[in-house]
Formats: sequence, C-alpha cells, structure tokens
Amino acid sequence: MLPELGHFALILALLLAGLQAFFGIAGPMYGRERWSRAVTAALAGQAVMVVTAVVCLVHAFINNDFSVLYVAENSNSALPLFYRVAALWGAHEGSLVLWILLLSLWSVAVAVRSGSLPPNFAARVLGVLGLVSFGFLLFTLATSNPFVRLDPPAPDGRDLNPILQDPGLAVHPPILYTGYVGFAVAFAFACAAMLEGRLDQAWARWTRPWTTWAWAFLSCGIALGSFWAYYELGWGGFWFWDPVENASFMPWLVGTALVHSLAVTDKRGLFKSWTLLLAILAFSLSMLGTFLVRSGVLVSVHSFAADPSRGMFILAFLIVMIGGALSLYAWRAPLLKSQAGFELGARESFLLFNNVLLVIAAATVLAGTLAPLISDALHLGTVSVGPPYFNPTFLLSMLPLTALLSVGIHASWKRGRLKDKQRSLLLTLVAAAVLGCGLVFGLYRHGHVLTPIAATLGIWILLSSLVDPLDRWRRGLSLPRAVLGMTIAHMGLGIAVIALTAVQSFTIERDIALTPGEVARVGAYELRFEGVKPVEGPNYDGVGGTFVVTRAGAPVAVMVPQKRQFWVQHQVTSETAITMNRGNNLLLALGEDLGAGRWSVRVQIRPLVSLVWLAALIMAIGGFVAASDRRYHGARVAVPGAEVAVPEKA
Amino acid sequence: MKRAAVHTLVLQSLMLFASLGWALDTTVLPDPALQARYVALTHELRCMQCQNEAIADSPVDLAADLRNQVREQLLAGKSDDEIRSWMAARYGDFILFRPRYSWRNAWLWGAPAVLLLVGAWFSWRIVRTRTLLLADDHEPLEEDLRP
Amino acid sequence: MNRFLVPLGVFALLAIVLAIGIRHSPDKGIIRSPLIGKPAPSFALPALLEPGRTVRSQDFKGRWYLLNVWGTWCGECRAEHEMLLTVGKSGAVPLIGLDWKDDDAQAQAWLRQLGNPYETVAVDRSGRAAIDWGVYGAPETFLVNPAGIVVYKHVGALTQAEWTHDILPRVNGGKS
Repeated sequence: MLPELGHFALILALLLAGLQAFFGIAGPMYGRERWSRAVTAALAGQAVMVVTAVVCLVHAFINNDFSVLYVAENSNSALPLFYRVAALWGAHEGSLVLWILLLSLWSVAVAVRSGSLPPNFAARVLGVLGLVSFGFLLFTLATSNPFVRLDPPAPDGRDLNPILQDPGLAVHPPILYTGYVGFAVAFAFACAAMLEGRLDQAWARWTRPWTTWAWAFLSCGIALGSFWAYYELGWGGFWFWDPVENASFMPWLVGTALVHSLAVTDKRGLFKSWTLLLAILAFSLSMLGTFLVRSGVLVSVHSFAADPSRGMFILAFLIVMIGGALSLYAWRAPLLKSQAGFELGARESFLLFNNVLLVIAAATVLAGTLAPLISDALHLGTVSVGPPYFNPTFLLSMLPLTALLSVGIHASWKRGRLKDKQRSLLLTLVAAAVLGCGLVFGLYRHGHVLTPIAATLGIWILLSSLVDPLDRWRRGLSLPRAVLGMTIAHMGLGIAVIALTAVQSFTIERDIALTPGEVARVGAYELRFEGVKPVEGPNYDGVGGTFVVTRAGAPVAVMVPQKRQFWVQHQVTSETAITMNRGNNLLLALGEDLGAGRWSVRVQIRPLVSLVWLAALIMAIGGFVAASDRRYHGARVAVPGAEVAVPEKA
Repeated sequence: MKRAAVHTLVLQSLMLFASLGWALDTTVLPDPALQARYVALTHELRCMQCQNEAIADSPVDLAADLRNQVREQLLAGKSDDEIRSWMAARYGDFILFRPRYSWRNAWLWGAPAVLLLVGAWFSWRIVRTRTLLLADDHEPLEEDLRP
Repeated sequence: MNRFLVPLGVFALLAIVLAIGIRHSPDKGIIRSPLIGKPAPSFALPALLEPGRTVRSQDFKGRWYLLNVWGTWCGECRAEHEMLLTVGKSGAVPLIGLDWKDDDAQAQAWLRQLGNPYETVAVDRSGRAAIDWGVYGAPETFLVNPAGIVVYKHVGALTQAEWTHDILPRVNGGKS
C-alpha cells in the first residue's frame, strides 16, 4: 500500500512541479500577479509530496518490503538498519529520489529566504527550479521508478553491494548531492536574471551565498568520497581521475570560478555576462555528470547500471535545460555591458586569471573524460585516458594559479596598488621559499624538481592569506565573516598544495624479505617481524604476519597484514594493514612465503596524506563561514534593479 | 542483456574481493630500475575485465596474466614502448591509460596548451579594454571596500 | 552578438558527441578488436580430448573456422552451449574450442555431460594464447577465413542473431 502511495506522491509532485514552473515563469511574463504568488504554494505542495515519497521508500526498506523491486535489489533482511536506510541511495533509482529530495529542499530554502528579493524575480527563480524538478521527476517516473513492484515478492533481497556497506555510504552521497544539486540555485538565479533582462550588483549579492553554500557542500562531498576510496580500496590511492570522480570535480572547478566571479560582479558590476555563463556552466556540468554516470557511455568503477534509453532521456533533458539557458544567454548577454575599468595589477585582474585558469582546468578534465566518446565519434579510433594524462595537464593550469593567488590577494580593487604591498609580497615569498626548500631538503633530502617549487607555492599561499587579517587585527578593524571565510578557504588550499606535494614526492614504497626476529628500517620506522600465524574467518582462512612498528625505539603499532584464501573462490587476497602515526600513513601488505619462515612484505609510507582531506574540509569550512556573513541577509531591496552599492560597515 | 550479465558476473566477483581486501601485486623484480618500470607500466595498463582500473590494482586472473606478461617482457629486455605496443596490438589502444602520442590524439594532448593560449589572449584583451576604460573612470573607490 | 552564441555552439557539438556515444553504447562493453582484418594469432596447444595430440593454428589453414573461448567456470558459456551445439550440428563452419584457464578433468566431464559441439578443443592453461587473441572475458567467438585472417569477433554468448546475420553471410561469401 505504501509503495503505491509513494508512487502516487511522486506523480503529484510531478504535477505540482509543473505548476510551480508554469506559475513562476508565466506569471511575471504575463504580469499575472496571482500566478506569481501561487508559486510558493505549488512548491510547498511539491516538497510535501516528495518527502512523502521518500518516507514511503524508507519505510519499505526498514520493513524489508521485498515486494518493491528496488528494495529487493538493494537490501536484505540481514542488513543492519543503518545500511537499510542508506541503501535508499545505493543504486540508480534511489539516488535520483535523493536528487529530487535535495532539489526540493534547496527550493524551499530559497523560497523561505526570498523575502529580500523582488517578488517577480523570486517567482522566476522558483519557476526555473520547478522546471528542473519537473524534468527529474519525469525522468524518474518514466524510466527509473523506485516503486516498481515485484510479483511475487522476493523471499529476501539481493543485499546491498558489500563495498557500499560502510559508514561512508551514509554521508558521501547526501553531502555530495547537496552540493551538486545546490548549483541549481545559482542556475535558477541566472535564468531568472536573463528572463528579466537585467543583471546588476544586487543580483550578484543575492546569488553569492547560495553559490558558496553549494560549493562548500560539494567540497565536503568530494573530500568524503576520496577519503572513503582510500580506505575501501586500500593501497593508498585517493584520486583516480575516474569519470565519475571527474563528474563531481568539474562542477567544483567551475563553481570555484563562479564564487570568485560573483565577487567581482558584486563589488564592481563587472564580468556580468561571464558570471552568468559560469552559473549556467556549473549546473550544466552537474547535469552532465548525472548523464555520464547513468547512461553507460563511459566506463567507470562507480557508474550505475547502464541503460541507453535512460541515456537518451537525460540527453533530451540536458538539451532542453542547457540549450535553453545558453540560448537565453546568447540573447541577453550582449546587453550586459559595463564601463568600469581596472588596472593590470588590480584585484579584478587576478580574479580574471583565476577564472581563466579554473575554466581551463575544467575544460581539460572534460576533454580527458569525454575523450573516448569524442575519439569514437570522430572515427579516430579508441582511446582511453587515465592519470598519466590528467596529472600533468591539471598541474599545468593549477600551479600558475597558486602563484597568482599569493600575489593577487594583496591587490586592491580597481587600482591594485601592489607597489604599496611590495614589502609584504617579498617577505612572504622569501619566507615561503626558505621554509619550503628548507623543509624539503632538510627533512627529506631528495625530491623532484617541482617539489620545492610546489612546497614554496603552498606555504606562500598560507603566509599571504594571513597578511590582510593580521593587518586588520593590528589596526583594530573587525574581520567580516566573508573575509574570514575567504582566508580560511585559501589557507585550506595552501595546506592542500603542501600535502599533495608531500604525498606525491615523498611516498616511500619498498619490498623487503624478513625472517622472524629481523628488523627492517623503512623511512623513520623500524619494523620487527614476529612471524606468521594462521587466521580463520567466516569463509576464508589464511595467515597473518605480525609486525611490531617502532619509531626511534618508541612503540607505534602492531600491524597484522593478512593473506586470505577463500574456500569458495579459491582466490587469495592480501589484506592491507593501515596505521597512522604523526601524519604519516603506514601500509603493510604480506607478500610471498619465501620458505624457512621468511616472508616478503611490501611497505608503503605516505606522509601527510590525511592533511589532504583536512585541507578540503578547511576549504569547505571557509565557504560556510563566508556564506554566513550578515551582509548577505540584507534588507529588502526597495527599488528592483537599482544599482545597490552598499558599503558594508566594517 | 548478455553484456550486462557478463559484466554483472565480473563485477559481483570483483565486489566479493573488494569488500574483503584488495588483492595486492607483490611481484618484485631483481633490478630496482626494472621494478620501477614494472610498477609504472602496470599502472598504465588497463584491466580489460574491470571498470576503469589498472592491472596493478585489479584482483582478477586476467590482470595477473597481463602483469606476468609485463614482467616476462621486462626481463627479456623489451622497452616500455615495445610492451605498450604489444598490449595494444592485442587489445587495442583502449588498454593504455596514457593516450598515445600520435596525430590522432593531437587534439587531446594539445588541448591544454591551446586552451592556455586562448585564455592568455582572452585575458590580455579584457585587461587592455578595462585599463583603457580606467582613464575615463573618476569614480572613487572606498578605501575599505575589501572583498 | 556572435561570440555569445559560442557556448551554445559548443554545447550543440557536445550533444552530438553524446548522442553518438549513446547509440554506440551497447558496444561499449565490447571493445572493437584490433585483430579484425589481421592474421589470426598462431598457437600450438595440447588437445583436450586426444591426449598427446597438439592442436595447431596451421591445421585450419584453407578453411573457415570459429574459435570459441570458454571455460567450465563461466556461467554464460553454459548458457551459450545450446547454441554451439546447433552450430556444430549444422556443419556449416567447424567449431574449434579454446578451453581458457580451466581444469582438464572438469572440462572433459562438461563436454561429456552437455555434448561436444567442437571439432577439436585446445587447452590454454596459462592464458597466454588467449591474451594473443585479445580475450578479456569468456565466452568470445572469432571467425577466421581460409586465408587465416580474423574477420569477425563476438563477445558474449553466441545467439541465433549473430549466427544468421553476421557469421553465415560472411562464410557464404556475402560480407567480408
């Protein structure tokens, strides 16, 4: 009964989303005030229906209702309750429901906070969001209905994919999608501006917090995914440039550019059409990502089960939404000219370079991700692209960015005035170089030529970011949250650069053969091999090697990597032992029995790898802090469209 | 339909491993230089039975067989390129994670450089326009109008 | 005005590429074999059912033949077996089996139990021969012409459709 209710709720949601879209767009267009005012009601109804559907689905999972096909395919009565709920988004149909739920929630948030927006504009924004909801609901109901019944019901479910039975599943998709879907808000703001034919600084001020919130969530989501991959897949990899990873990374890159571009539009009314384009692009890349993951056009570890008919549907949806938005852009953008000027050394310049480099990075990742498709379509044969392509090409655009950041952060608006900052610029650079090269050569005494350069760049970002806040503090000025958030986020980036440099340059991997009692020295650690003993598991047996790990004599851990032989499959797998010490990750894997108790073991020491995710988290926190700045929750704009220059009381 | 069945079969057996411990390639070659090349090559070759993994990381039999091939050929003195070509001759260019440096892939490898040039030109034009506009701009900007 | 149409133009191109990608996507799991149009890899492997005998690729020169890669561990090969028996009985094209990474005793039992559609079966215990053929997942079937050139490859269980539309026409001189 409840699944039918859920199904019905989705259908109602579809209709209400359609109404929401209609009222929101046609209302202002035809001057029908009653229509415009009905938008929020339609949205409220849609949201209630969506939540109802989700509750019905969750209920089916919790109560092991295996008459629902989706539950039967992704759950099992023996599955712990926690995972039964999380299994909701464990596969394609359910993840779409999650998309739709989050889109509704974002839309409701916009509606609630739209008090300071002109009514027509708010209606348009919600109308566009309604259009997106409509598309996703239609797609779900037409091709991916989670409430399809199984008759007769399955006796038990096929169980959730074991690799997903991990706490990471509970948090990674919801947070990632919150970010991913959140860019729809910026998209809606952009479309609303284009429909109105007007875009001003006030528009930028309204759009900024929404974009920053979405960006911060996306940052967390990507970091969580990477962290999860590291522990699940073992052996130290945390980013594989897999198409699905890229699908979330590209919106992030463009989203970062958008956050910065909005700052320029807000402050100086510049880059209007560019910001508009970025807002469209960010969400377009989110949608493209959704397409790539579900249509089966690309080969990926993460992709959902492929289905060409779904692919065609999403493609049609993409064409309508993105094609529509870009057509609006081509129509309206030429009107957005401004006469403001700035110097080469001005903040605007640096933000321009930031944008250009980020978009180039995103375009490069896109080229690499779609290369198999493009090559196939142009009859250039098959090509496959992996880290050997992405790593160097990504660095090519991102390294200059880090350098420009450290300089640009000192630049003032309009006239730069970098000459006044020469001292602090030089000081920070020299200090960074000394620290960077010093640490690299002092601690490690080896490395790639890029290592000290990258280390210097990372430290320089850290030092440069602190200059302004320290200056304000010294002069007794307050630090607005927007500035604090920006500082935190930039420092996060600096830490990320340092951490990535360390991991890439200083990971030690060695294979050693040890007899029981022998001690090996790897990096700063000593490993004493105590021998192997048999281990037994529910469906395997094998051996575990005991290693006592010490650092300069002080005990660190006892690690027991295992080799398991499974009874059914006869396959032997190696179970890596992982431990953390002083920011290093130690990984041990048992190798071969070399006879007479002697065993080979592979050791890997990864320095500072945990900092990578911490850095991403710090960036996200910076975003959250910045987005919560009071200036974004300003008073209602009295005259719609007025050039609102609100010099904020510092 | 059958495609899906084969892949599901492979993926399910794959998942069985993954949940319990990723298989590890503990091959060691006698010469450290060869070992380094072995590690690099096995990370550059795709496991053809898996979804987007290198033969270095994959637990399936085929990956082990291919790793063995790489090992044998390295010991026989073949060059990296010869090994890559050998693999591609049998499985197509799809097995290579590093796209070949050929005219066919020129668009891919050239894209970043071309984009950077376009970006530089684009930036230069905008900065020039704005700098010229600055001459006519007498609007004062508040000192504390920070980010 | 012109330059604001560029994003739309780029997107249009992208949409075309994606549409083509979807159209080809059932093939995505089937990587186009680089062996098509090239000489079949040579092999000399022990015969499964005739101890002491070696099956060589030269033995089949001058004839059309189908090389079918299978194993007792492979579920889809089991599903395909019915079709193979039909192919074998038709006598139109000889079926040569390549028993990939399998156990000899189990393979022999399998053929005894389910019927043997093959003219002869070669045993590839190490998997080396299969790699030469670019095999990445059983079952796979290759069609080789009398000149020893691989003209067609099918990945997955062989069905009536491929037999009637792709294999027989080639053998009977239709397509090449």
